[in-house]
Amino acid sequence: MKNEMTLTFLAKSENEAFARNAVAAFCVGLDPTIDQINDIKTAVSEAVTNAIVHAYPNSKGENYVTVRTSIDDTSVHIVVSDTGIGIDDIESAVQPFYTSKPEDERSGMGFTVMESFTDKLTIEKNEPVGTVVTMTKTIRGADWKKKKHCD
Amino acid sequence: MKIEHYKNSSELHVKLCGELDELTGSYVRTAIDSLTDENDLKRLYIDMSELSFMDSTGIGVLIGRYKRLKPRGVQIILQAPTQAVDRVLGLSGVYTIMTKAV
Repeated sequence: MKNEMTLTFLAKSENEAFARNAVAAFCVGLDPTIDQINDIKTAVSEAVTNAIVHAYPNSKGENYVTVRTSIDDTSVHIVVSDTGIGIDDIESAVQPFYTSKPEDERSGMGFTVMESFTDKLTIEKNEPVGTVVTMTKTIRGADWKKKKHCD
Repeated sequence: MKIEHYKNSSELHVKLCGELDELTGSYVRTAIDSLTDENDLKRLYIDMSELSFMDSTGIGVLIGRYKRLKPRGVQIILQAPTQAVDRVLGLSGVYTIMTKAV
């Protein structure tokens, strides 16, 4: 690991832009392209939105979402976690157009976007409660590794 | 999020400026619905040239407007999406039900 940061914030939609922009800014050291920055912002936004919208229904307390981001020589690793109600059926939830809230005009494309805009996506149960979404995106490919090796 | 609009005969032009996500989605939804109340509407143009960010919340907003306007025969045209927004639109399949215009 080359660098790491952790953000913890209230599960409010006002914090989505902060989270995606902070993660994108943190990755700048890897010299990503504009498209890669946009992909990261969109994937983070999807994961954080899921946590805010679905993890804490009817909860009156203060609920938090945590985003841990680490970078190594080539990739960014992003872990978005909550301590909410969790996802009963992860296999169904990741299907395109699946939504547990169709009445809210949800597209059901959140996990599909995360999967498409990153290189690896895993969704797991958080212990003791909640959900952990882990995404990895390679910023520097084989060409960069080869060049570094030659240097 | 700022929304500009003007009407030209039976065409409504709406321009979205800013970021479309969970925070701004309900505002965009309500604003477009109130602008599209008039019965003589035939085409809704949504200018996305100044929409710097959109996630799948925006897809939900667009599909919701499509479901609402399609029974009235209103066509939706998405204009000049930025590269980042275009990628989300393409992935979601929205272009199969709405026209993309440069």
